Amino acid sequence: MDTISNEASNLNNNLSRMANVPEAYRYFTLDQLKGALKKMYLIRRFEEEAEDSYQRGLTYGTMHLSIGQEASAVGICMPLSNADYITSTHRGHGHCIAKGAEPGKMFAEFFGKETGYCRGRGGSMHIADVTTGNLGANGIVGGGIPIAVGAALSIKHQKKNAVAVCFFGDGANNEGSFHESLNMASIWKLPVVFVCENNQYGMSTSIERSTSVKNIADRAVSYSMPGITVDGNSFSDVASASVEAVARAKSGEGPTLIECLTYRTRGHSRSDRNRYRTKEEIDAWAARDPIPRFEGELLNFGILNETMIAEVREAAEREIQSALEFAKSSPDPDPLQVANFVYSS
Amino acid sequence: MTDSAIREISFSQAIYEAMALAMEADERVILMGEDIGVYGGAFQVTGDLVHRFGPERVIDTPISELGGAGVAVGAALTGMRPIFEFQFSDFATLAMEQIVNQAAKMRYMLGGEVSVPVIMRLPCGSGSGAAAQHSQSLEAWFAHVPGLKVIEPTTPYDAKGMLLAALEQNDPVLIFEHKLLYKMKGHVPEGHYTVPIGPSETRRQGKDVTIVATAIMVARALEAAVILEGENIDVEVIDLRTLRPMDTESIIASVKRTSRLLCVYEGVKTLGIGAEISAAIVESDAFGFLDAPVIRLGGQECPIPYSPGLERASVPQVDDIVRCARDLVRRKI
Ligand SMILES: Cc1ncc(C[n+]2csc(CCOP(=O)(O)OP(=O)(O)O)c2C)c(N)n1
Ligand SMILES: [Mg+2]
Repeated sequence: MDTISNEASNLNNNLSRMANVPEAYRYFTLDQLKGALKKMYLIRRFEEEAEDSYQRGLTYGTMHLSIGQEASAVGICMPLSNADYITSTHRGHGHCIAKGAEPGKMFAEFFGKETGYCRGRGGSMHIADVTTGNLGANGIVGGGIPIAVGAALSIKHQKKNAVAVCFFGDGANNEGSFHESLNMASIWKLPVVFVCENNQYGMSTSIERSTSVKNIADRAVSYSMPGITVDGNSFSDVASASVEAVARAKSGEGPTLIECLTYRTRGHSRSDRNRYRTKEEIDAWAARDPIPRFEGELLNFGILNETMIAEVREAAEREIQSALEFAKSSPDPDPLQVANFVYSS
Repeated sequence: MTDSAIREISFSQAIYEAMALAMEADERVILMGEDIGVYGGAFQVTGDLVHRFGPERVIDTPISELGGAGVAVGAALTGMRPIFEFQFSDFATLAMEQIVNQAAKMRYMLGGEVSVPVIMRLPCGSGSGAAAQHSQSLEAWFAHVPGLKVIEPTTPYDAKGMLLAALEQNDPVLIFEHKLLYKMKGHVPEGHYTVPIGPSETRRQGKDVTIVATAIMVARALEAAVILEGENIDVEVIDLRTLRPMDTESIIASVKRTSRLLCVYEGVKTLGIGAEISAAIVESDAFGFLDAPVIRLGGQECPIPYSPGLERASVPQVDDIVRCARDLVRRKI
């Protein structure tokens, strides 16, 4: 990475003496790594609280939890700043936090409050903090893919040193928008990174039943761009792939397709009865939970000790609790304002 | 009374039953859609049909609305009778090309030499907190297209009978199913019967105001009618049921009796169902019978918001209907 600090290079010097240290740990500063861990905790805890409020009947509508997929969201966003864009999906809480949103305004949106990121208009499926470069979660599968390509077109025209990162699920790879978008990004060599979070299922339909290729990364061949498949539950693998793809995009070499292999341990949404998968499968993936794996690596490589990890976890917990309080005590939107924000003037 | 005469099942069970009967009777009937197999459909309408008829006839498509709907159109063109389920009617926007340019026009473009007996089922409407991209009522868009038939049953009885009627004719039929109706129960006979596509149904007779309503608004209009009865306002409620072809005759006849018309529908008010009904009255001899201006009560000019209070405010509620009907009775041309 170009912006390597002293702290990071010290960490790097120590780490470089150890064998088998994943590359990602050499790129980032200690603070960045702590920040990544904290974001993973925040995502997990945000979604656990969201789930809890549903189960207690305190919230409305539906929601899609990304529990088990946190390493993908956080790893991909590691090399990004607020100048870089992301487009997200219906399963977007993790992307939103990874890109820097505050849990308080997210909970407020989730509870339909005026103080929420979308002023209560969007709800769980649309939560996004646009000030961090998040162009929106999306209720339409594949809806965000061409939008990310459009953002990359802007970046190129405006000669910015930035990228657009496009998150989508395995299910989205069978929408026309996916194929049309990858083609345009490729022919115009746009600074975009396509990130397929392959959690094995689009709702109940497994990729074996829905998709003609074994690895979704293989789709990249048709659009003359690199396609790589990574362990999406490994923070370091995801972050390394992202660093490389972002560098390639920024240097004008064009798009990359990254496939993060992961799993949602919860159902698709509230209505899911899990009829299409086995408990054994769910348990096997739960055993590969990205959060303990990240903690384990940080400990093993001597980057953080137990006390430091506990401090990060507690800081995240405090943030979640005050976020919840903020959201719950916030006002509802005024029904008379229902038709505001449709037009700019 | 026989058991069958008193049997009550839900709106979604009624649709399930119609599909099962059709599949038993006719090998050409197949189901297509996202997660309609082991998942049982996003709203659990197809249920266990995949176990009864197998995955060859209950086909889970990839998440590919344009392609999936188009495959159903192609199969219908060549001898099958596909019933294609959109998970939400909002996603039919991804398949507009195949619905509007292909299915609707094919028979005409080929000089009447072919037919496209495809049925599409589209869960629509707000009220479940699903927000802007999962709550729309877009049926008027489709009803604008010659070549499509657009129906919107509001009772379990009609849901089954109209789906079975759709299977007996040879044109594309779009069935809009309001999500809030799925759990509604009502009397449904067990065997095969049909409810014709086209005629509206008068759900309540009255002499002061005609309310023409669609989808969930029929139930709200009937509720409003009870409240209005207490104020000595006698309301007639017409359930439109079919948008295209529209039964304007019955509406005209009703307005001639009541002299007042209120149109209630969930889709955005402007350029919608209400405009068409009002125009039909203005263009007919019922015009001279009007004692008050027509009122359209439709959805607000905005997407459907998430927050419950906003969502309620975005589409007509019972109170709004009561208020408008009162207004009509007080106002004079
Ligand atoms: C165009 C469209 N079709 C269908 C849906 C309904 N739907 C919402 S999420 C989903 C599954 C998406 O699968 P995937 O892309 O793998 O994302 P995941 O849910 O696994 O994160 C489906 C079918 C939708 N929202 N939009
Ligand atoms: Mg998936």
